[in-house]
Amino acid sequence: MRELTFTEAAREGLAEEMQRDPMVFVVGEGVGERGGNFATTVGLYERFGPERLRDTPIAERGFTGLCTGAAMGGARPVVDYMFFDFALDALGEIINQTAKIQYMSDGRLKMPIVLRGCVGIGSSAATHHSGSYYSLFAHIPGLRVVAPTTPRDAKGLLKAAIRSDDPVVFMEHRGLLSLKGPVLDPEADEVLPFGRATVRRVGKDVTVVGIAHMVTHALTAAEELAGGGVSVEVIDPRSLAPLDIDTVLESVAKTGRLLVVDEDYAPCGIGAEIAAQVADRGFDDLDAPVRRLNSLHAPVPYSPPLEAAMAPTPVSIAQAVRDLLAE
Amino acid sequence: MVVPLTSQPAIGLPPHELVELYRQMLITEEQLARAHQQGLVHGACHTYVGEEAIAVGVCAHLRPDDTVFSTHRGHGHALAKGVPPRELIAELLGRATGVSHGRGGSMHVFAPQVGMLGTSGIVGPSILMAAGIAYASRLAKSDRVSVAFFGDGASNNGAFHEGLNMAAIWKLPVVFVCENNQYATEVPFVTVAGNPELSARGIAYGIPSPAVDGNDVLQVHAVAGEAVRRARAGEGPTLLACTTYRTRPHSEGMRDGGYRTREEVEAWRGRDPIKRLREQLLNAKIIDSDALDAVDREVQVLVEEGLEWAKASPWPDPATVMEHVCA
Repeated sequence: MRELTFTEAAREGLAEEMQRDPMVFVVGEGVGERGGNFATTVGLYERFGPERLRDTPIAERGFTGLCTGAAMGGARPVVDYMFFDFALDALGEIINQTAKIQYMSDGRLKMPIVLRGCVGIGSSAATHHSGSYYSLFAHIPGLRVVAPTTPRDAKGLLKAAIRSDDPVVFMEHRGLLSLKGPVLDPEADEVLPFGRATVRRVGKDVTVVGIAHMVTHALTAAEELAGGGVSVEVIDPRSLAPLDIDTVLESVAKTGRLLVVDEDYAPCGIGAEIAAQVADRGFDDLDAPVRRLNSLHAPVPYSPPLEAAMAPTPVSIAQAVRDLLAE
Repeated sequence: MVVPLTSQPAIGLPPHELVELYRQMLITEEQLARAHQQGLVHGACHTYVGEEAIAVGVCAHLRPDDTVFSTHRGHGHALAKGVPPRELIAELLGRATGVSHGRGGSMHVFAPQVGMLGTSGIVGPSILMAAGIAYASRLAKSDRVSVAFFGDGASNNGAFHEGLNMAAIWKLPVVFVCENNQYATEVPFVTVAGNPELSARGIAYGIPSPAVDGNDVLQVHAVAGEAVRRARAGEGPTLLACTTYRTRPHSEGMRDGGYRTREEVEAWRGRDPIKRLREQLLNAKIIDSDALDAVDREVQVLVEEGLEWAKASPWPDPATVMEHVCA
């Protein structure tokens, strides 16, 4: 199978959907001729023109609300925030309008909109360009929240997001964007379903659920731990709303131990939600308390040694697994 | 920039159209106010009494597939866009037969089948969503027009400035109708506007922005006709800066003192747009008072029967409460 980067794969998926449906359009700062800050739209302006690759003013609330209206009128907007931190200026529109219109209209209006952007700590981007916001959006009824890990998933899930009649929050971790991986040929037209987790590594001693980039860190940690005779199963939920808890429960039934690794903050986070659901439905399978490993509960600092102290790493994940096995 | 409006004075309209304007304005909410007093309305109820000329004068130009986005004070817009009065009343009574099937109440009136795409509990988004559906119309190569109604309060909101700018730069087929009733809830607009001349705000974005007597349905009708024509012809957005006044409290049952005088309210009752049109029609000998009295009685019966129909309507089934959160 050919190999693409995460960004290339997602871009190919976007191009295929734009080719397939003339009502798909992209808005954002620099998504036109420039091709997007993260190269999300390189080459598409030439193919699809300015109306469908629409450079915007720096007005996140404005163009989010505009695209919410466009989605009510039969278009399929893809809002490219560049950094997801910028979407916070549009939070009122997203939560009060985008997420609620289908319910308020009793299902007579659909909301086929994709809200995408880069998340994650790295490159001394500091606190206004480093946030992860999985749980913030997963908390809201009416939103789908997707966090792909591999290039193949980035493409298949973005295609699903564009075809979905629901609003989809699509978060792309900066640490994954240039990683390469196998991707099916365009003829396969692979569209991946939401709410379907995947087991990235099979193991028997402990289950590690990772979110986005934390999956790759968990796989690195698992490889190291395997050298010491510890068998780690790594699960990638791929979407957080809906959340495939059954795959986690099946794994925990086998291992008896669960660690959730999430770069987003711990309080009221996805890890807390997974822990609660596993306690609810898999309590008897647990041989130890569910553990969480998250970023520190602070804004993200700039200086490299401070930044490096913030987020889970393969080393800290491996240590957390050893601690959990000692319980 | 003052753009001359080319429409003829609307008193030149055929008599049946003039009577229709009168009839449509008469479908006011005195009945709703009474229903509220009887405790039949469960939530907030912001009536449109005193401002009827604007919705009626604008919506007279719209086709069923044209769309309207409205505010918390949106009953008049819904009725003028074609929502049957009994379905609006039933919605306020929380019944399954209500226009939003009991999902929304006064502030979330959705009737996509007649192009009524929602009243809103949040000030400002109507501007953005109307611009957005205009964008979708452009993509679909449709000559559909959208209208955003909003108050003076919204003109101080970021959504107004972001929305007008985007509509201007992309020449979107949208009409912005500002109903300056001179109080943002109970805060006098002149005390919270650096420049209370609303036309200036549209002109600042390069948008023709005629000042309109919002209590004169004939003037509203004439100016709105030109604005809708411009939008449909691809000539871009217009802002109608309508001056008007709400003669009832901000919301039914609220204390209405401390921010305006009884004398001021009485003076504006004297400029009631319905009474005014009646006098214009009689003075011009277009119709006699017996014929207008007959229209009064017809509307009275329509609304009374609507209230009885709503009271006899079933409640929504609690088993449906989770329907349509997502598609």
